[in-house]
Amino acid sequence: MLTLQPPASARGPARRIRAVLGLLALTLFVPFLALLTAAPAQAGVLPEVRAETETADCVQGPGVGCLRGTLRAGAPLTGVEIVINGPGGEQTVSTGDNGAWIAEITEEGDYTVTLVADTLPEGVTAGAAEHTVAVTKTANDSLVFTPRAINFQLDGQVEGSAAAGGGGGSNLFLQSAVSGLRLGLLLALAAVGLSLIYGTTGLSSFSHAEQVTLGGMVAFMLVNWWNVPFLLAAVITVLFCGFTGYVQHAILWKPLRRKGLGLVQLMIVTIGLSLAMQYMYQVLVGAGTVRVIREAPTPVNLFGVRLTDQSLWAMGISVIVLTAVGFALLRTRLGRATRAVSDNPALAEASGIDVDKVVRLVWIIATALAGLAGIMLALVLNGVKWDSGMQILLLLFAAVTLGGLGTAFGALIGAIIIGLVVELTPAFGLPGDLKYAMALLILILLLLVRPQGLLGKAARVG
Amino acid sequence: MSTNTPESPTELVHQDDSLEADQTDIELERAARRKKAVIVTIAAVAIFALMWIVATTMSGTIPSIFASVIRSAVEPQTAAVAIAVLGLNLHFGFTGLLNIGQAGFMLLGAYGFAIATTRGMPLPVAVLIGLAAAAVFALLLGVPTLKLRGDYLAIVTISAAEIIRYTGRLSQLTDWTGGSQGLPGSEYRDPFVALSFFGSGSTTIGPLSYQNTGVNGWWIRAVAWSLVLICTLLVFLLVRSPWGRLLRGIREDEDAIRSLGKNVFAVKMQSLVIGGMLGALGGIVFVLPASVQADSMGRAMTFFIWTSLLLGGAATVFGPVLGTILFFSVRILIRGATGAVVPSDVLNTQQADQFSWVVVGVILMLLVIFRPQGVLGNKRELQFNA
Repeated sequence: MLTLQPPASARGPARRIRAVLGLLALTLFVPFLALLTAAPAQAGVLPEVRAETETADCVQGPGVGCLRGTLRAGAPLTGVEIVINGPGGEQTVSTGDNGAWIAEITEEGDYTVTLVADTLPEGVTAGAAEHTVAVTKTANDSLVFTPRAINFQLDGQVEGSAAAGGGGGSNLFLQSAVSGLRLGLLLALAAVGLSLIYGTTGLSSFSHAEQVTLGGMVAFMLVNWWNVPFLLAAVITVLFCGFTGYVQHAILWKPLRRKGLGLVQLMIVTIGLSLAMQYMYQVLVGAGTVRVIREAPTPVNLFGVRLTDQSLWAMGISVIVLTAVGFALLRTRLGRATRAVSDNPALAEASGIDVDKVVRLVWIIATALAGLAGIMLALVLNGVKWDSGMQILLLLFAAVTLGGLGTAFGALIGAIIIGLVVELTPAFGLPGDLKYAMALLILILLLLVRPQGLLGKAARVG
Repeated sequence: MSTNTPESPTELVHQDDSLEADQTDIELERAARRKKAVIVTIAAVAIFALMWIVATTMSGTIPSIFASVIRSAVEPQTAAVAIAVLGLNLHFGFTGLLNIGQAGFMLLGAYGFAIATTRGMPLPVAVLIGLAAAAVFALLLGVPTLKLRGDYLAIVTISAAEIIRYTGRLSQLTDWTGGSQGLPGSEYRDPFVALSFFGSGSTTIGPLSYQNTGVNGWWIRAVAWSLVLICTLLVFLLVRSPWGRLLRGIREDEDAIRSLGKNVFAVKMQSLVIGGMLGALGGIVFVLPASVQADSMGRAMTFFIWTSLLLGGAATVFGPVLGTILFFSVRILIRGATGAVVPSDVLNTQQADQFSWVVVGVILMLLVIFRPQGVLGNKRELQFNA
């Protein structure tokens, strides 16, 4: 892949200083400003939100142990209460969005852990509602639990609220396929942008995943902190995300490209940016999962497949936006220019295409699409967390590589394949924990037989 | 051909002269770099000594921050990461291989060692199993990717490292890997602790006060840092050898080395295996004072390893160790300073900790932009545009 490296004379001390100042301002002051402006709003709305969505934190350390377990019956069980009784007194904890519960234990002795059966969802019963745990202190003051985790035997299946593989029986396969298509379409929104960036600049942007998280986070803040109606919030979020792409290109990627920084260094800059952004989210909204919309979505039955209305909207919007992007790439002047730059930047520049303008547009579009994907993923996956983007980063890379590095339509196909593989893995009887691993395995296997990806040019790649 | 006059003897002499001049240039540059490395090392030691004196003689916020900085610098897990960074340096710094899955090698080493020990293997065998697991992993990754362009290795290594992490977390494998809960240190640590000849009791040196043996005491610190020394020496000897020159040659121009009749693929593979085994050794040291948790050696760990390497200077011998110590101690310093300066109603302790990571991310960006060669590196040697 050719890179754009305009003559070094274009760089100047002013540009360099501007880059540093901009970078510092963006990463250091923005969180503080947001924190300060958000503080009054937090006082009113946030504690309530947090109380519901954040599982109680437990930090393991000297004299403090964390007793934990997960409740699942087809899907994670949320809001089930568990009472822990022992030398340290009685405490009640409830399970979070992922079905996990955690309790802080500070005293040695025997504890009884009881599941409050009334709080179980309909159709689920517990085999044995009570467990005993022995807690002992080791020489270095840490607490050891025997058994290490509590697993309640649960019977029955919870009705999959967000089609989380709970369809059951004959249409499990169909249900999973639709979930896969949904994930694939949402991944495609982000992957097309990633692929365009790679195509036009040669950069593998690790911070693209954080741009996805940014979409969910900004939407969450607008809706929950500033009480903006959701649809307006979504529009503002997409515009804001596109704006961050513009700013990043202006103060970071453009000056660095002019400076002639190598692609590996640029990639590591994106790793640094992604690290800074992830922890910025933690400083701002904490380490727990937050939900953009707190009302439960309405389930819809469609040809025997159970989906939520939000999922249907998300899929519809993805299809429309992806079609629009595809049309723009194929039929408009600017789209053709973008493809020309992807193909051969030097030749494109020589033919009079303003490469800088094209790359700037690509950054804006890519970050806006990532933001849109972030909002919809936050809706469909029941919330957004500081590392939500990082969870799907590898799926995005897999999609882009699978389709062929730098080909926008390849990324689309790759994303849908990856989405299907991820959601169909459990349907084929493989452990659900392996679904992401399976997508990556398919990627590696494909690279063995077709290193250029599905739509890549069969050029020599080694 | 006939028009070509044979080169006159004077010209030949002249050429020799310029060759010698080149060589003296290189010698001079090497000497200058050595001098720089010595100066930087002395400066680092001096700063730590100053912190040490402040931490032991005074009390208050700043001395306590300094004390925690020193404690994190000698932490066995810092040493463990340093060993993994040495391995990555062999991959990336010397051979130019883009491995972004070094944490996967660590995790494999840790699992291999811990599982072998819990199944009753003696300590040396368990360590060998951990190293062998990483070597096999390197072979599996290398065969398909080392012939392809650099970024394919990057994608495959990070994907494979994640596959290992997901597999280790599988609840079906709880009997072997402990699932997402991991394996507690008490299940595999004993043979190692039993080797200690430090006796019982505890010793205090300046701000450092640990048990002589214990779970996380002087014994593991002594072993971990000795291993760092040995591994540094090993890497030094390797990269100084003809084989090491071959590595650099491959990094600079693969085709040129191939045209010399060298088997580039085999040499790259050797580098991948040796660096991966160093990663596995780092993983073993990492879990000795703690527990085997799949998530503690995920992508974040790989990024820390990369930051440490670039901070210290890729393709240098002491850079990885210096970089790792700096990385971990500077973060503690930032955290302490943030906690001391920013009032707790703006950023609480947890947020100060998270904020220190934000600063680490920004430092990584600025470092790569303005000083890609790191503290000790040579800018001319690092035009890594693979």
